[in-house]
Amino acid sequence: MLRREFLRLSTAAAGLSIIDIGARAWAASGDDASPRRLVVVLLRGAVDGLNVVVPYSDTIYYEARPTIAVPRARQQDGALDLDGRFGLHPALAPLMPMWQERSLAFIHAAGSPDPTRSHFDAQDYMESGTPGRKATPDGWMNRLLAQLPGKRSATTGVAFGPTLPRSFAGEMRVTNIATGRAANNPMPIDRPIINAAFDQLYSGDDPLSRAYREGVGARAKLLDDLQQDMVQADHGAPSPVGFAQDTQHLVDLIKRDPGVQLAFFDLGGWDTHVNQGTSEGQLANHLKPLAEGLGVLARGLGASYRDTVIVVMSEFGRTVHENGNRGTDHGHGNAMWVMGGAVKGGRVYGVWPGLTDSALYQGRDLAVTTDFRSALALVLERHLRLDKHALDLVFPGAPPAPAAITGMV
Amino acid sequence: MANGSALIRHVSDRLGYGPRPGDLDRIAETGVDRWIDQQLHPASIPVPPQLDQRMAQFVTLRMSPPQLFVEYGPRVGLEPGAKPTPEEQQERARRLQFVVGEAIAARLMRAIESPRQLEELLAEFWFNHFNVFIGKELDRLWTGAYVEEAIRPHLFGRFRDLLGATAKHPAMLFYLDNWLNTAPGSPGARGQFEGLNENYARELMELHTLGVDGGYSQADVIALARILTGWTIGPIGPGRQGQQPRVTSFLGPMRIFRGGERPRVEGPRALGPRGQGRGVFVFDPDRHDGTDKTLLGRLIRGRGIEEGEEALDMLARSPATARHISLKLAQFLLADHPDKQVVDAMAKTFLGSDGDITAVLRTLFASEAFRAPSSFGTRFKTPYRYVVSAVRAAGVPVVNFRPLEGILNQLGERPYACLTPDGYKSSEDAWLNPDAMMRRVSFAVAFARGNMRLELPPEEGMEQGAPPPLRPPAQRGTVVDPAALLKTLGEDRFSQRTLAAIIGAAPELRSAMLLGAPEFMRF
Repeated sequence: MLRREFLRLSTAAAGLSIIDIGARAWAASGDDASPRRLVVVLLRGAVDGLNVVVPYSDTIYYEARPTIAVPRARQQDGALDLDGRFGLHPALAPLMPMWQERSLAFIHAAGSPDPTRSHFDAQDYMESGTPGRKATPDGWMNRLLAQLPGKRSATTGVAFGPTLPRSFAGEMRVTNIATGRAANNPMPIDRPIINAAFDQLYSGDDPLSRAYREGVGARAKLLDDLQQDMVQADHGAPSPVGFAQDTQHLVDLIKRDPGVQLAFFDLGGWDTHVNQGTSEGQLANHLKPLAEGLGVLARGLGASYRDTVIVVMSEFGRTVHENGNRGTDHGHGNAMWVMGGAVKGGRVYGVWPGLTDSALYQGRDLAVTTDFRSALALVLERHLRLDKHALDLVFPGAPPAPAAITGMV
Repeated sequence: MANGSALIRHVSDRLGYGPRPGDLDRIAETGVDRWIDQQLHPASIPVPPQLDQRMAQFVTLRMSPPQLFVEYGPRVGLEPGAKPTPEEQQERARRLQFVVGEAIAARLMRAIESPRQLEELLAEFWFNHFNVFIGKELDRLWTGAYVEEAIRPHLFGRFRDLLGATAKHPAMLFYLDNWLNTAPGSPGARGQFEGLNENYARELMELHTLGVDGGYSQADVIALARILTGWTIGPIGPGRQGQQPRVTSFLGPMRIFRGGERPRVEGPRALGPRGQGRGVFVFDPDRHDGTDKTLLGRLIRGRGIEEGEEALDMLARSPATARHISLKLAQFLLADHPDKQVVDAMAKTFLGSDGDITAVLRTLFASEAFRAPSSFGTRFKTPYRYVVSAVRAAGVPVVNFRPLEGILNQLGERPYACLTPDGYKSSEDAWLNPDAMMRRVSFAVAFARGNMRLELPPEEGMEQGAPPPLRPPAQRGTVVDPAALLKTLGEDRFSQRTLAAIIGAAPELRSAMLLGAPEFMRF
């Protein structure tokens, strides 16, 4: 089952070839069969972590959120109990099997040390991996790509979306995979008559001709795959929609090309200032497809789920108290989700600062007790086997992981 | 004469975005040196009345930041303290998109149609040098105003004026966070104004003036940040007579100035008639660190806003700044790796003329390196230059700029959309890659056949950033005529091999091949 997109080369570096994606798949099946992988899902807009991993045993939570709190565990439409203290939003029920088999964990009160409540700045800092520093030219996942042990190809890092995300910006080549409708639009250069005409203009050995010919080769291959896809789609079931469709694409890509090691997704729609809902409603409607997509990914990876870590994070959390519109405003600390065979799951990690007035950040928000960089660095060190020097290059100046999370991977 | 026409093409390519129909003849008539001189004095070049009329249609371009905030901002139609409904939020997003769309369309329109081409090139250059990101909250409202008020009035003037105008513009104060920059422990330090914010101070030295190797230390960054504490965004909105206006932003309530010392409010410079009324740059003494500082080895006496002016004077006149600005200008106008002698000569002019940008450009354009035929047509166009030059060459009167914005987004250079403060790059290694070649060639085909319908009003449902569809002839816009295009661009721009291939191709592909040829990818 092959479902391929127009792969898009997105970095500045030219010279390498993306034509050999298939060839690499053959080569990779011979050596160390299972490269370790990291999948990052960035929830843009600041998801309300207190309604995702619900502190249902804390009465302050219910006092602060009279109309939008998720009911206690074992109540009607209540949170799904995790550890007697926290419960999962019921829309995330598809993730409970992973919790029960202990491959899903959360780090509560995680986030960025930077105080900004600007979506743009907070995302920028999270993606550059250097909170407070704007001039960092590249993203942390691109720097990570450069530090991964072993062989690399153009598809070692893949980003799903219309353009290359900030997280993957940088010198290393990354493949961009279009999502949604735009992925299937052919380009004029795909037409044989147009292609043949331009071939004559770019037959030399100059940099432009080389780039042109490499581009044509890649397009031809992708068109070929697309055609195969269409044939198969005629026989297959209707394709899933949204995020689950994109994670299915990643599964297919990994099956074909096991060299894929880093993947990035982003999802929007979490900025719930108004009517965010409780067990149902706006937030629930966004969590549901997210959980389904993650379920597709976990199941689809099969045995390679063992070698995969999936991290879900968001630029900051939301206010502890609900606002006057049954929503929440921009806050600080949030929950990070960590999933995969390498994860020691079934636990909520981190230091829980509590929700008492004196514990709140600037008197209104969940405090941050785990720097997101130290949580990611832990995954990089234990799972992707980066050494200290490499970690410093990916997350310069990151604090060490607090003891409360070191058992996580 | 062959050399003469090559030089004419060269200056048309390098002092602008390439020729429009008839431009090469006009430069030949005027004479290259006189034409360059005119470009250095844009007021001497008349702007066609149609362009003035069309520019006048961009209503938000004539508005100041406070006006934009009041008429298009997040609080329009809301009572103080009220939260917007989902419908109101949608309407707000639509209004913001309108302001953004006008700023980008205006930029493209002038680049395509203005005969003052060097002015447009410099508007691109100086914006990139003092980059802000049009996607960052309030900068959606203010980036267009920033270009009009802080960048464009100073393109040919003194570097110090450009530096001061950008330092005080709310778009920059917001983008690099200096509006939050507060002396810890000062009377105004509370809430989100809780302490020092070094962002702007750092970029001011690293990117805007001295350059990364300009000889400053982290201690200098902190000193400069302290000097600039209290440089902030002030009262916006209609305050009632005798009352301090309450100000809100996307980020929550801004500070209310209390009794005692009043904040010093200053209108942005060079505003003309728009500048009347309340400006939005203010110096807030309550949040300023009034102690003495040492910046780059020099004592700066603590005394208020004048410290910042003194620091900007120092930075603007530093030899490191002269070198850094000269190198960047030469990289933009001459070569990715410009001749060191030229850069040194430009830096010397910069220092000797107190940062007179026109004088520095004159040194560059008079240099041998700039006029050496060996450098003609050797540079790879950025996506922006490629697209603008194609539309210019075809002479299409663009009405709908959205498809151009979409193509530029795909190619990675949507105007004003560079996230990081260093701005878009102009070098070949930043932009030449296989995917870019496929997209440029595909754009050339769609554009030359009239598939992008730029001269027609927008259609509903055109997906932003989608590849241009191939349309049947009945739905197309103007098809670009290859003979006219060849005349506009100059036949001897193209190699015999390229011309032979084009003549051998199907007639309906010839314009696309001219625009997609290697000789048009370069300049």
